[in-house]
Amino acid sequence: MSEIKRLEDFTTQVRRDILRMVHAVNSGHPGGSLGCAEFLVTLYQSIMTRKEGFDMNGIGEDIFFLSNGHISPVFYSVLARSGYFSVSELATFRKLDTRLQGHPTTHEGLPGIRMASGSLGQGLSVALGATQAKKLNQDQHLVYVLTGDGELQEGQNWEAIMYASAKKVDNLIAIVDYNGQQIDGATKDVLNMGNLKAKFEAFDWDVVEITEGNSIEAILTGMNDAKSKTGHGKPVCVLLHTEMGNGVDFMMHTHAWHGKAPSDEQLANALAQNPETLGDY
Amino acid sequence: MIKKYINTGSKDTRSGFGAGMTELGQKNEHVVALCADLIGSLKFDDFKKNHPERFFQIGIAEANMIGIAAGLTVGGKIPFTGTFANFSTGRVYDQIRQSVAYSDKNVKICASHAGLTLGEDGATHQILEDIGMMKMLPGMTVINTCDYNQTKAATIALAEHHGPAYLRFGRPVVPNFTPADEPFIIGKAIMLHEGTDVTIIATGHLVWEALIAAETLEAKGISAEVINIHTIKPLDEEAILKSVAKTGCVVTAEEHNILGGLGESVARTLALNNPKPQEFVAVQDSFGESGTPEQLMDKYKLNHQAIVEAVEKVIIRR
Repeated sequence: MSEIKRLEDFTTQVRRDILRMVHAVNSGHPGGSLGCAEFLVTLYQSIMTRKEGFDMNGIGEDIFFLSNGHISPVFYSVLARSGYFSVSELATFRKLDTRLQGHPTTHEGLPGIRMASGSLGQGLSVALGATQAKKLNQDQHLVYVLTGDGELQEGQNWEAIMYASAKKVDNLIAIVDYNGQQIDGATKDVLNMGNLKAKFEAFDWDVVEITEGNSIEAILTGMNDAKSKTGHGKPVCVLLHTEMGNGVDFMMHTHAWHGKAPSDEQLANALAQNPETLGDY
Repeated sequence: MIKKYINTGSKDTRSGFGAGMTELGQKNEHVVALCADLIGSLKFDDFKKNHPERFFQIGIAEANMIGIAAGLTVGGKIPFTGTFANFSTGRVYDQIRQSVAYSDKNVKICASHAGLTLGEDGATHQILEDIGMMKMLPGMTVINTCDYNQTKAATIALAEHHGPAYLRFGRPVVPNFTPADEPFIIGKAIMLHEGTDVTIIATGHLVWEALIAAETLEAKGISAEVINIHTIKPLDEEAILKSVAKTGCVVTAEEHNILGGLGESVARTLALNNPKPQEFVAVQDSFGESGTPEQLMDKYKLNHQAIVEAVEKVIIRR
């Protein structure tokens, strides 16, 4: 099987996990989760250098922070299926006493998670701190962080964006989930952020654009390009153009599925579009 | 009898923090420092000079500073952030809540210029709510030191303590009276003076005032016990209850709003275990204003005279 086919099958299973997890508790955020499924699968399965097991410090390996914590379903599914914890635990998502809280947290000791996120705008700063720890530890590995595009409306991001270039942080790849949607509608209608590429470039970042952010091939090419730009005195931003709800036809081209679970019929329809590959939890 | 506490030379508590950081820089390679454009005010100069690779000038961006500090712990560093108390807490409450406290990060939030004694800059900078905000965060240790020596010792002790912590100190030059070699044990109250009629529980700059008050009270025939509470959370409830069981009444004294401060923590402890009359020497739910530290502490009744008055009031209620 080709690597791309393997990652596609993996993604299909992750989509099933997302849909089933959100449906089971009638809450959670399927839209953004589905939009980032190809990306997180490719990141964990192909792009990052990871050690076996999990230790918080992540010395000697690439590490990832999820800033837009509401897409926890995709994060949990990819972590479980990458071996951080048992896939059977996905069934506990958002239930009482779970380690899979509505938004990710270190507080319950879930392997794979290095910071709590949910209140938006904080992940980039935390990732910056981790890059500085890596420099002090003479650890050549990279730090990745994913933020939403609407999330960039939070001012703390721009403090971090300014800091990263001023201090020549070049072991960081910040990925923006550029789906153009937020809770109240299209980002251009809610608070138009204009030309994000030009903004990052004005802040002296290197910018890589992945226009087909739901194509595993495009993600592989773009992320390898981004990796090649690290170590040259500049932070690297990836503008990942994604489609919210990708892989489920009725969840695409709308922001309606930002924070809404499918009904029984809708779930059946969505799962039929994504046949089981690695086995359901 | 109070004479064993001699002012060995007045200094600012923030200089104690700076001295503690200097020592930590030499002793502990994991310690890193972050500052938001206030190196001189926080007395970070030595640490920065001696360990430039471990010093992070963040600029005027406190939210980013707290996040970077949280991230530095991922990799085993022990970050100490430094800015004014207002910008260390109120400005970045959600960053501390999510990225530090809820994320269980070993970040030390170190805050100078707390309270009214910041002086002339006025209410925008004189935070009186910080202890309350910080103590409400689950898992957060809250320390408010009384003099140079204690601040230095607390700074050094925090590097050995694993978990998020808030260290509060101030700007003005105040008596330095705790022994330089006194061990700093987080969560352990210090009995400064034994007495039988009233317990005075003080923190921060009010500790020295409590000692003066005890002297005044002694001359009036009132035997006051003085306890130095440097750790507001976790609170040394055992020491408080033991003392109050003996004296039967208590006065708390702090440079903080009456709401949310040490006094409320003591009141809760008493209410749950041994309800007794209590008076509060604290700011009465107001903002501060411009003035010299002495003028402000006088106007807002945060001095030894106010403690004496409070004792005279509480003793009648006993």
